[in-house]
Amino acid sequence: MVEKEKKADTKLDELLKLLGLESGRDIELEDVELNIGEIILDSSALTSAALKGITPPAMKAAAPPSVKPTTILEAPFTPFVQEYPGKIREVTLGATKSQGGSRGKPVTIGGATTPAFYLFEQTPPNPPVISVDVFDMEVTLPKAIRTYVEDVWHDTAAWAKRAVDQWGAKVLTIHLLSTDPLIKDTSPAEATKTVEEILQAVDVPLIIGGCGDPKKDAAVFSKVAEMAEGERVLLSSVTLDMDEAGVLDTVTKAAAKYGHLVLGFTALDLNRAKELNRKIADHLPEDDILMDLTTAALGYGLEYSFTIHERARMAALMGDTELQHPVLSGTTNAWAAREAWMNLGPEWEPRNLRGPLWETVTALSLLLAGVDLFMMMHPDAIKTMQRVTQQLMTKGEAKPENIANWVSARI
Amino acid sequence: MTEREVKAGVKQLSPIDVYMLLPRTNCKECGEANCMAFAAKLVNREASLEQCPPLLKKEHEDSYKKLQEMLAPIIKEITIGTGEHAVKIGGKLVMYRHEFTYHNPAPIAFDVTDEMPLHAKSSEEEAVIDRVKKVENFLYNYIGRDLRLDMIAVRSTSNDPTTFKSAVEAVTKATDLPLILCSFDPSIMEAGLIAASGRKPLIYAATKDNWKEMADLALMYECPLAIFAPNDLNLLRSLSKTMSEYGVEDLVLDPGTFPDEGVSATINNFTMVRRTACKSGDRLLGFPLIGTPITTWFGEKAPKETLAWKEAYLASMLMSRYADILIMRSLDGWVQLPTVIWRFNIYTDPRKPVSVDPQLYEFGKPNEMSPVFLTTNYALTYFTVESDLKSFGGDYYLLVADTEGISVESAVAGRYLTAEKIAEAVKNSGVAEKIKHKYLILPGMAARLSGETEEELKNVGLHGWRVIVGPRDSSGIAKLLNEKWPPKEGEEE
Repeated sequence: MVEKEKKADTKLDELLKLLGLESGRDIELEDVELNIGEIILDSSALTSAALKGITPPAMKAAAPPSVKPTTILEAPFTPFVQEYPGKIREVTLGATKSQGGSRGKPVTIGGATTPAFYLFEQTPPNPPVISVDVFDMEVTLPKAIRTYVEDVWHDTAAWAKRAVDQWGAKVLTIHLLSTDPLIKDTSPAEATKTVEEILQAVDVPLIIGGCGDPKKDAAVFSKVAEMAEGERVLLSSVTLDMDEAGVLDTVTKAAAKYGHLVLGFTALDLNRAKELNRKIADHLPEDDILMDLTTAALGYGLEYSFTIHERARMAALMGDTELQHPVLSGTTNAWAAREAWMNLGPEWEPRNLRGPLWETVTALSLLLAGVDLFMMMHPDAIKTMQRVTQQLMTKGEAKPENIANWVSARI
Repeated sequence: MTEREVKAGVKQLSPIDVYMLLPRTNCKECGEANCMAFAAKLVNREASLEQCPPLLKKEHEDSYKKLQEMLAPIIKEITIGTGEHAVKIGGKLVMYRHEFTYHNPAPIAFDVTDEMPLHAKSSEEEAVIDRVKKVENFLYNYIGRDLRLDMIAVRSTSNDPTTFKSAVEAVTKATDLPLILCSFDPSIMEAGLIAASGRKPLIYAATKDNWKEMADLALMYECPLAIFAPNDLNLLRSLSKTMSEYGVEDLVLDPGTFPDEGVSATINNFTMVRRTACKSGDRLLGFPLIGTPITTWFGEKAPKETLAWKEAYLASMLMSRYADILIMRSLDGWVQLPTVIWRFNIYTDPRKPVSVDPQLYEFGKPNEMSPVFLTTNYALTYFTVESDLKSFGGDYYLLVADTEGISVESAVAGRYLTAEKIAEAVKNSGVAEKIKHKYLILPGMAARLSGETEEELKNVGLHGWRVIVGPRDSSGIAKLLNEKWPPKEGEEE
């Protein structure tokens, strides 16, 4: 020990004696202010005295034998980039007059060559798109949504116009819920009439939603397909249950004959999704197939949806041709979570923010997992998704100066 | 030091490789049948090396070190705080959730500033202690688990060491939660570190201008250190290298969280850093990432609700895209609820659905005339029904069928819940011997199975049983019971 340190040690011992404490014992000082600078101690003295609670607490790390850098050591960043043998198919919904339909603006989705928004590898060729849900009858809706549609929900065409004109829907989904044999059992002919009205009311591409009854949906889809010949509507959806009921081919043949697209729905199971895609492809070109892998609400299994979409996209990019279809998410399912609509007490209010945020977070999570087409309902959730999607499609716009001093910024 | 030394990912690591380095005596001290079983557990991160006492002996020192290296996560695990209140961040083994369970759910810190009053004088005013208490008291019970908030980030807006010191002191007295100290000024940071002595806070942050002083502080006070290099990954990596060479081992990386038009750069930077760490094995990037959705409050001017909304969705995006820790501002319940639920969700084991034991559960003191409900063993379904039954406060039987952890709607669609399965579950539960009535209440989502279920119940020897279709959401059970219980003979024809 050098002379100076010895001296310091002695001084410290004196100090400790003054405090009535012996050297070498752990002590804790509370509410005592020590001005270290005045006592001319150095750190090794402090450590040897095993003083706890007096700052600085540690100096032992002065260990590294190597020379410490004095300037920043340059270590440039090279991102890991990858080539993918596979690519997602590009699919166009809707057709213009010259293409055999009557839509003003057909919409192309898919075409991804990398995982979602890996702009450092490739900017996606087409942005993900939002389709807004409307129903052919009054349905039970959470209050947060009902407020926006209450005055039009007996007039499906007016509801559709609002979604397109006010909320900027690029695609519209008409859910033919009333065709459900357990609800109103509306006939295929009547359902077709509803679709005809919507086709006249708006000029965006349409998604035709069924009621979930395999046989009824097959009958309705076939009829609608014939009426809407050439419009490239998306029939939503066909299932393996339809195949079991022996009606899947009816739908896929009608879609092929009249120029439409088909959405294959499976419940969180990629093997079944592949099986269904193969069966659809028996009669329909692969470029006319979309997949719905199931969207569970945030809090009700969204993580399973998130992971199955990430897996499906990666498998497709790595070359699994049976999964190289664009994917659709029924994001409105977010409202199935009671946290989206239920009164949970004042600390969780207001629900008119909590609800649409629930739909937004559900949508954004799946956006980052690679979903190409979203069915949504709440205008605020739709607006946020449109905005964030547009932002994610554009490279670079970060302004470091905006956040450079955030730690000391006042609000 | 080889910068680009590639670490074996979870996929390449085989139990055999691990086994070869174990003592291989099959001593069972770890609780496993043999060393091979223990090796398998180690690979799955279900056991730690310290559970093998022989391995800790001097003679196995080399193997122990090799195993430590072999099993080290790609993203370093870093501890903030001390004792029982410490949080661990990072420790990730993989990039994608489907590859392996994500470890260490990202803690969320909330800011207070050294210019806030300690206590609010009006309800509008923000105050240090009030915010700290709000963080501590946040609680949401989700499928039987308590979801909470985690940390306090103290920011120096005063730019005065003394002011910062007393603010940090006030916070350390008010709470045991782990801390982040935020200032780019080393003298202010040191004042805070003195006040937070013994608490091992995260130092936020080293920049291109202050890195040397901050590195000294990190070493002197033995605290983890964040590196802030907004939208400059070359600088981020260079500073990581510099710090490592300087001797600072516990680093946290911040490529910057940019709201609004910067969202794209933010998500891309986080993704690039994590991917390069995982796929190239770049150790300079193998540290936890810190996201700061709080920056939305310093971007575009907008009403408070708009900013909170943006902060909330940005937080969820960062939670999906690799943030290991977050700093936020809004403590509103509607902002935090989706964030903490999404966090809970993506940190669960992707291989198995969260489920409960399929069996007969009793609520209250059910008697021979109590209603019998049926549901599935998906944890979320079960706990939702459970909390409703408890809040109604009656006496019930709840029969949980084994649907392999799938919810009612999906289980019906995917045939995990069939009439046959329901009948079997009823029979095996023995509930029929406990009651005098013969009614089973099915979830509304399984309505279509009702007719078939009555048939199947007959087939297992339960004659005369009837099915009542319940509500689609269990919150409607009270109404159902009011209207339909006890059932009148013949009503359910």
